[in-house]
Amino acid sequence: MSANRNADNRRVLVRLLAVAALMFGFGYAMVPLYQKFCEVTGINNLLNPDDALRNTQVDTSRKVTVEFDANLHGLPWSFKPGQTSVSVHPGELVHVVYRVSNTRNHPVTGQAIPSYGPQLAAAHFKKMECFCFARQTLGPGESREMPVVFVIDPALPKDVNTITLSYTFFEVAGAAAEPAPQLRRPGA
Amino acid sequence: MEATHAHGAGHAHGDGHSHHPKGIMRWITTTNHKDIGTMYLWFSFAMFMVGGVMALIIRAELFQPGLQYVQPEFFNQMITLHGLIMVFGAIMPAFVGFANWMLPMMIGAPDMAFARMNNWSFWLLPPAGILLTASMFVPGGAAGTGWTLYPPLSIQMGIGMDMAIFAVHILGMSSIMGSINIVTTILNLRAPGMTLMRMPMFCWTWLITGFLLIAVMPVLAGAVTMILTDRHFGTSFFSAAGGGDPVLFQHIFWFFGHPEVYIIALPAFGVVSHVIPAFARKPIFGYTSMVYAIASIALISFIVWAHHMYVVGMPVAGQLYFMYATILIAVPTGVKVFNWVATMWRGSMTFETPMLFALGFLFLFTIGGFTGLVLSNTAIDVQLQDTYYVVAHFHYVMVAGALFSAFAAVYYWLPKWTGHMYDETLGKWHFWLSIVSFNIAFFPQHFLGLAGMPRRIPDYALQFADFNQVSTIGAFGFGLSQLLFLYVVLKAIRGGEKAAAKPWEGATGLEWTVPSPAPYHTFEEPPVLTEAKGHA
Repeated sequence: MSANRNADNRRVLVRLLAVAALMFGFGYAMVPLYQKFCEVTGINNLLNPDDALRNTQVDTSRKVTVEFDANLHGLPWSFKPGQTSVSVHPGELVHVVYRVSNTRNHPVTGQAIPSYGPQLAAAHFKKMECFCFARQTLGPGESREMPVVFVIDPALPKDVNTITLSYTFFEVAGAAAEPAPQLRRPGA
Repeated sequence: MEATHAHGAGHAHGDGHSHHPKGIMRWITTTNHKDIGTMYLWFSFAMFMVGGVMALIIRAELFQPGLQYVQPEFFNQMITLHGLIMVFGAIMPAFVGFANWMLPMMIGAPDMAFARMNNWSFWLLPPAGILLTASMFVPGGAAGTGWTLYPPLSIQMGIGMDMAIFAVHILGMSSIMGSINIVTTILNLRAPGMTLMRMPMFCWTWLITGFLLIAVMPVLAGAVTMILTDRHFGTSFFSAAGGGDPVLFQHIFWFFGHPEVYIIALPAFGVVSHVIPAFARKPIFGYTSMVYAIASIALISFIVWAHHMYVVGMPVAGQLYFMYATILIAVPTGVKVFNWVATMWRGSMTFETPMLFALGFLFLFTIGGFTGLVLSNTAIDVQLQDTYYVVAHFHYVMVAGALFSAFAAVYYWLPKWTGHMYDETLGKWHFWLSIVSFNIAFFPQHFLGLAGMPRRIPDYALQFADFNQVSTIGAFGFGLSQLLFLYVVLKAIRGGEKAAAKPWEGATGLEWTVPSPAPYHTFEEPPVLTEAKGHA
């Protein structure tokens, strides 16, 4: 074998050995590379499902305006909705608040009674959480934000575009003297 | 052993190397490509027997449901060692052996480019084989992780795991040196006039396989080194307790593992591309498209690794990408199968043993390819992964693909190596026993997998018993048939009808221009290629 050919062979040998050494390094380089790749593309965020969860019950094709109203029946309180109206899709979960405060210097207990306009909307207005589920006792001068969480049933007739939710607070006579726990009685 | 004859003939040529050590030292110190090729082939056969016995232990245990012969821990060790030994100890050295023996003769070179390194590449193998087999006898036993060595189990096992890691390191070094040698030989030592596009197909497949090996064996070495340092040196590449990620290992491993599949398959394709034209008496159909198909299979094999791990947790976009890329490999593979069939079309075919094995390869490898396409579909793979369907799939590719083509190669070149024709009747018996028992062993495993039988478990539900018994009977038949193969080879070494320089009428290529058995030194003066003597 000529010296020339030996030199040629050695050149190929050195190059191929360099490739082998580089690939050994590449094996290690994969550790940060995979990490970076997944960070950049965000594909390793396996806790997030590929298809974001979507509530298929929501009817996005229409909107309903819900107006809020507050009345007092002989109570020394001030009582107002936190918002005059909201525009929502049927099926969507909606959170609103009412504000109430006791203007007297002794505790007063009241019970809110809801009513709906138009009246047929009542059957399609599902309240998950409402201050009207229980009696409310306010201490002297106490103020409170009270939540209402509701869903409008997608089966609401198509011609109903506006619903008015109206609460009227009645005083529960003599109840303020009773122990507080009864306020939380479920289903009241 | 067969080279002993070649050696005797070689002396008559009066070569320059007058000093030859005798006996065992001849084999330890040899730098002759034919001696080293012979040693590779015998080593590979010995490992094939060891791995085969392990396979039969697995099948014996699976003959009936429940535990009969071995405990689950030992069963896992058999699964692991069978895989490692068959892949790294049997199939890969066999094809390196063919390359050593035949490549220099095919391209008209006197020897491999780095003869001493060649000796070292071989002699690294026996220590690795001993490490693997001896690991069964250390406390805690051999690695029981499966050949894929997945953490966290591979981080937790005993000293047997360390022995497996070192064995993989040594086998990797041997493969890298062997490949560098082969690539350099092909690039630098071709006879004048043999351009790359006139090379025999086997040289092309090995050139590309060599590059694949040089690119991915170091990655495997890196992966097992990370396991080693996780085990003993406090790193946390894969150990979740230290903030590592076990799934990362799978990504690194399969970046090696998938090209490895083609490292095994491509030289087998090369052999078949010699045998089919020789016995169809027609040149290979679509030589250029064959070369491009090999190259594109090799390139695509780098970007499909995660189809082995669809269920480890991967975004849908990733699963879709790996699925489509995997299915893409079917295109160049289909080109090759088409070309082999087109080569036979209107050929004057005869069915000697090498041709039978090549046809067996073509038929069964295509089945294995089809089940591979089935598995490449993410949605189906979620159901079939880790079942016996996968086991059936890769045995159709590895055994009926690589091993059958290795048998074809042995029968095809045995006359050149030994100077004697093998016993054709016994060769045909070997083929028919092998192909029938192979299918009895592995075809029912498709049904078992579809019915949900998990792989790598020593026990199974009662309803799987019938197919498992059929499979075990087939496996023992296949194992015993290989003793016939050993007998046929030994018989040809000891004697038989004298082989002509070109014993096969339709064979082409430089290796058939030298006498049979091939002299110890061939092509010390490079041959001159005319237009007519192009590629095989």
